[in-house]
Amino acid sequence: MPLSPAVSMLSRRQLLKVASALGLSTAALGLRPAWANPVGLGRGHPQGVEQGPEISLAIRRETRTIAGKTGRPITLNGTSPGPLIRLREGQEAVLRVTNLLEEQTSAHWHGFLLPPEMDGVPGVSFAGIAPGETFTARFPVSQNGTYWYHSHSGLQEQLGHAGPIIIDAAEPEPFVYDREHVLLLTDWTFEDPKDVFRHLKVSEGYYNRQERTIADFFADVAKNGVADTLAQRSMWAQMRMSSRDLADVTGTTYIFLMNGHAPQDNWTALFKPGEKIRLRVINGSAMSYFDVRIPGLTMTVVAADGQPVQPVPVDEFRIAVAETYDVLVEPEADRAYTLFAESMDRSGYARGTLAPRLGMAAPIPPRRSIPDRGMEAMSAHGSMDHSDVQDRDHAAMPGTDHAGTPGTDHSAMQGMDHSAMQGMDHAAMQGMAFPGDKNPAPASRSRGLLPAGTAQPGSHYDQPGIGIDPAARRVLVYRDLKAYAPWPDRRPPGRELELQLTGNMKRYMWSFDGMKFSEVNGPIHFEHGERLRLIFTNTTMMEHPIHLHGMWMELENGAGELIPRKHTLNIKPGERVSALVSADAPGLWAFHCHLLYHMDAGMFRVVRVA
Amino acid sequence: MRFTTRILFGVGTLALVSTAQAQTNSSHDAPPGWGLPMTEHNFGTLLVDRLEYVWTDENKDAIAWDFQGWYGGDFQRLYIKGEGKNRQGDGEDAEFETLDLLYSHLIADFWELQGGIGYQGGIASSDHPERTFAVIGLLGTIPYQFEVDTALRVSDEGDVSASLEAEYEIRMTQRVILQPRVEAEAATSDVEEFSVVRGLNYTRAGMRLRYEVTRKLAPYIGTYWEKQYGKTAELTREALGETEGSGVVAGVRMWF
Repeated sequence: MPLSPAVSMLSRRQLLKVASALGLSTAALGLRPAWANPVGLGRGHPQGVEQGPEISLAIRRETRTIAGKTGRPITLNGTSPGPLIRLREGQEAVLRVTNLLEEQTSAHWHGFLLPPEMDGVPGVSFAGIAPGETFTARFPVSQNGTYWYHSHSGLQEQLGHAGPIIIDAAEPEPFVYDREHVLLLTDWTFEDPKDVFRHLKVSEGYYNRQERTIADFFADVAKNGVADTLAQRSMWAQMRMSSRDLADVTGTTYIFLMNGHAPQDNWTALFKPGEKIRLRVINGSAMSYFDVRIPGLTMTVVAADGQPVQPVPVDEFRIAVAETYDVLVEPEADRAYTLFAESMDRSGYARGTLAPRLGMAAPIPPRRSIPDRGMEAMSAHGSMDHSDVQDRDHAAMPGTDHAGTPGTDHSAMQGMDHSAMQGMDHAAMQGMAFPGDKNPAPASRSRGLLPAGTAQPGSHYDQPGIGIDPAARRVLVYRDLKAYAPWPDRRPPGRELELQLTGNMKRYMWSFDGMKFSEVNGPIHFEHGERLRLIFTNTTMMEHPIHLHGMWMELENGAGELIPRKHTLNIKPGERVSALVSADAPGLWAFHCHLLYHMDAGMFRVVRVA
Repeated sequence: MRFTTRILFGVGTLALVSTAQAQTNSSHDAPPGWGLPMTEHNFGTLLVDRLEYVWTDENKDAIAWDFQGWYGGDFQRLYIKGEGKNRQGDGEDAEFETLDLLYSHLIADFWELQGGIGYQGGIASSDHPERTFAVIGLLGTIPYQFEVDTALRVSDEGDVSASLEAEYEIRMTQRVILQPRVEAEAATSDVEEFSVVRGLNYTRAGMRLRYEVTRKLAPYIGTYWEKQYGKTAELTREALGETEGSGVVAGVRMWF
């Protein structure tokens, strides 16, 4: 156990105080997962932790209070989100899942390497868990780090069917710390997830209350002149799209939760000044990307998707849906710090406090202004609607021709705060600078495959994404991710498999290569034992977190032999991202966009390794 | 012609049924009995775009409505569209100017091709003449975000007419939306009973300002201006009516 000396050093009085606070408020009532206690994790406070290797989960639909209102989340052993599952590398895990719902359910162990029949995806790895039945997932634990679990049935994930998993390492990890806390970020709505889905299908902008208005228009005219403003507006109008389409489901219906707690609950994580704290941040939300920061503290990223990376000190990082990041912080001062996770579209935030004592709070940072999507999203869109592309040469796109001049920053990105602009501008310029990005593959292929680890043309690994400025503060980007030590399979790829991420916004249809899951015939084939390169080209104007089950994806971000590996890759609009896969896990595996409603709308495939 | 409409309707129904069947394919090769990891869902909605009281400058007040509902999947849907009014104080029951049941197929990202049967006439009353149509139309969004609904109609008497409606939304604030709207109708032959004449019959331009209390409920006020052309205008003049008119409306937009 790598921590705990600090926890056991906590005074008995402090523990009692914490326990009574918890007992009176939430834990004793089973409303919140008790692992999310202020003291942190460790032997000193084991409640709410299902200690492996043998654990049982009972899944129910229960009435709970969320943000002061009554909701009906799915609970796991009485809490939503569910208990922390704590395993140890090298163990034989026995995870029993009992379905006490009135419908089928499942539990997928996200990011785990395991036999395919234990992976928990109904229709791919097993038949699902019928009401009243228990499924036992039994497999050797061959990895370590921060992971999570969630339902893979219907839209149950939106109802809170998720929880954190920690696998303690068999060997010492490459970093030390005194205390650890889990930060599980989720998005909750009191609407029925089926209604949310219907609203998106009927009227894609249903949850967007941040559209550009006439007032914005006049503000832009005042700032940038009539011509630029009209040019910018008409470009989006011509595309029949909105530059403010940042998230499909937003804070107009979502309450963003940190460890099951709404912002006003002020969930608190305790520390002692001078301690080194490990925060295990998990984005377990259905649809929401977050930008995470702790004003006043530098966070050192030490693991991504459970895998150790070379330490990267940052002030902020963006966490895509289903990703996990482990960061170390060292608060020296005897003061409170805000744990701030702002939703990418700025429509809300999850919040907690890192404090030396309970009952403290620090200022909540003002929310940044709403960014507009830039050129990269549009050039991406081009390849989606071919009739449109042909007659839209770049010169005809107003604003494009002066993409490099400072004046255009403004015309292209009206209404953004200045800091956000630069980040956007880079992305925009890259997209524009390589108009050939859309189809660069044939040229590179004719000369053979790119060397292993090389960043694809069209990748933007130096960009964190929309609305976040790498110049204003240190922001984690994919280029920063370098494995702590080289991974064993160093073979170059034997072949390439390219997939386009496609969609029809208006109809809320999402797919790979223009085909929804219901339209494709048969699985994607990986040859057992082969080393292959997956290339994703995002032709849509939304981010997509792409998740491959059962095998790592090694992100070709130019890190050379320190190629990092992940279970979920964020692909930005217009971006072309590649990853190497060692197809060493025979069987059927799910492969999909981890935005819940995108997946359910058809952005899902099955991979067969044989 | 009635026969044609029945055939069209039949084809539509068949196509819709066949979609449902086409959705159970084998996108993976898991053992039978496991079911599909992702299943397609059908959705449905009903939009009452306009339900309004109309004050005209000729004291011919009316209650008017315009609704559109659909049910189906991503590619194929069944639509019902209705537009009509009940003139106040004329002692007659309400009348549907159009009531269409259409099969709709997505033919491009932003376009649906629709075909089916239409009806014009009174509702459970004999106050108004009735006729049925075969209808074919295009519903979609053109660049610059104009929502367009066009229809070509052939009546049971073989009379051909065409209609065009286009709407645009200007967002004043996140909840206040200004919606200009134009509408035009033309025909290839005279149909006296329905006051239809050969050529462009009329155009109507309107402007509505709505406040979205929620996405699904938005009261509005608005105004419109209409003008008749050619023989329609002549007929109106002969009857000593006005060939141009305007009015004020107040109503509510709802969807379910």
